[in-house]
Amino acid sequence: MPNDSLKRVDFIFDKDYNCKEVLYDAFKLTRDEIIEEIIKSGLRGRGGAGFYTGVKWKYAREELADEKVVICNADEGEPGTFKDRAILEEVPSKVLAGMALCGKVIGAKKGYIYLRGEYNYLKPKLEQEINKFTDILHSELNFDFNIKIFSGAGAYVCGEETALLNSMEGLRGEPRNKPPYPTHSGLFGKPTVVNNVETLVYAVMVFKIGAEKFKNIGIQGSSGSKLFSVSGDTPKSGIYELEFGMKVSDFVNEFGDGDAKAVQVGGASGFCVPRKAFDKTTIGYQGKLKGNSLPTGGSMMIFNSSRSMYNVLHNYLEFFVEESCGQCVPCRIGTQQLLKGIEAIKKGKKSSEYLENLLALSETMRLTSKCGLGQSVGNSFSSIVENFKEEMIY
Amino acid sequence: MAEVNELVKSLSHKHGKERGSLLPILQGITEVEKSLSAEIMIEVARELNISTAEVYGTASFYSFLDTEPRGEFVIRVCKTISCDMKGKRQIVKTLEDLLKIKVGETTHNKKFTLLETNCLGWCHKAPAMLINDEVYTDLDDNKVKKIIRKYRSK
Ligand SMILES: Cc1cc2nc3c(=O)[nH]c(=O)nc-3n(C[C@H](O)[C@H](O)[C@H](O)COP(=O)(O)O)c2cc1C
Ligand code: SF4
Ligand code: FES
Repeated sequence: MPNDSLKRVDFIFDKDYNCKEVLYDAFKLTRDEIIEEIIKSGLRGRGGAGFYTGVKWKYAREELADEKVVICNADEGEPGTFKDRAILEEVPSKVLAGMALCGKVIGAKKGYIYLRGEYNYLKPKLEQEINKFTDILHSELNFDFNIKIFSGAGAYVCGEETALLNSMEGLRGEPRNKPPYPTHSGLFGKPTVVNNVETLVYAVMVFKIGAEKFKNIGIQGSSGSKLFSVSGDTPKSGIYELEFGMKVSDFVNEFGDGDAKAVQVGGASGFCVPRKAFDKTTIGYQGKLKGNSLPTGGSMMIFNSSRSMYNVLHNYLEFFVEESCGQCVPCRIGTQQLLKGIEAIKKGKKSSEYLENLLALSETMRLTSKCGLGQSVGNSFSSIVENFKEEMIY
Repeated sequence: MAEVNELVKSLSHKHGKERGSLLPILQGITEVEKSLSAEIMIEVARELNISTAEVYGTASFYSFLDTEPRGEFVIRVCKTISCDMKGKRQIVKTLEDLLKIKVGETTHNKKFTLLETNCLGWCHKAPAMLINDEVYTDLDDNKVKKIIRKYRSK
């Protein structure tokens, strides 16, 4: 294929390197040098928001506090995302190494893995890995850092970093206002770095292959590679590590079943790309279609022409109605009204013009909701409704 | 009641009496008792020296902390999009027929509770379900029947 933008790589699951050695070398640098390297690499968060990891660490490093905290966000609840589970299952030591590296840099002695309740079965093995790893850390790398698992309890919104913190504090998992950001006031008010599982692995990788090389993978503004969780109408569902910058059309050629009519990029909170836009859409932080936050970790769901996009949207809206924490009005009421609204149109109780009101409502939610959940409902809503209007009505 | 007190005491001993221990304590109780009774929440409140309303407020937020009685084995079938597309409805129907209960209900012998849940992170092997902490994927009727048979004899 001549202009195939699809480049497969194998960094994350490559078992061929020793985290201890990478850390050993990295620890020879000063904390500021480590931060410089990460900033230079262009690494951005893989949990969805895409914040520059080096900058986040720098903020936490600059805080003066007796105690700081590193949290690995393993709450992975976005529909269609399953790569963090695979990382924790197959290469846990890389995640732990990333946490230790972050702890070293910001001056934290404690790390937590916030593991979603649905992944409880991973706990025994992960605990063993933690013990093995922290022994090495203490005895061979002379670094006093401890890691604990905190289990989630079945709430998607707890993947939002401040809801996660509240949950760890024994409160309802309701997002906080930002600012203050967790790097300033996080777990029990302590400066806290919250990073996605995959981000932490790439942070270690930067020291394995060097910031320059890392930067040259992917496209400008979206350095590196990314794990994609591929599901839906595909003969090849699974987890693939691909360079940023691929076109959706190349993706569909490789993974589709020959009859793809839409790809949902980024799960229920993400965007629906219809067939006519496959060629024009690139995956990467810069290639964002529109809107602001994409709280996702690379979920790619393929729908073929046998699927009703009304059913897809209906399923997403039910998800949001259930998972909205209910704290703010635009999201609590908005999600319910969007769901009722599309049902009413489908049943002919409302005219098709009513879709315009619903689109306006989803835009209001984007502007006025407190957290990324309510803000991003409009992503899938508008991209599905605008591209598959007939399916919504008839 | 004495048993309940002991369970709460041993969990607060293990996790601490701070507010931050609340979730681990509630999870520990759920593991043993399967759900959180009013009694036990009052006991937890007393132990951590917070109001019962706070305990209930936290408990009721999380879908894995049940305040209604549950069976020994809680089945949670994923109903999110990938599983929905790959036949989740049929799986639920099979389970309902086998267990003679509807979604949300518990069998008379308190052995099984059937629930639906959101994406379990196994979309590439849909449809998927959890029974307590165990994951079952690539489900079809036969597989479901076998699994339930296994749990019945447990
Ligand atoms: C509703 C919602 C759910 C989220 N779920 C997750 C999640 O499951 N995992 C994750 O890493 N980030 C999730 N995020 C993003 C986090 O708030 C945060 O940005 C991220 O953990 C930061 O890590 P990163 O910089 O390494 O990406 C979610 C955000 C929102 C608004
Ligand atoms: S936007 Fe939704 S999930 Fe976020 S705080 Fe408001 S109600 Fe809660
Ligand atoms: S949609 Fe069922 S496991 Fe993800």
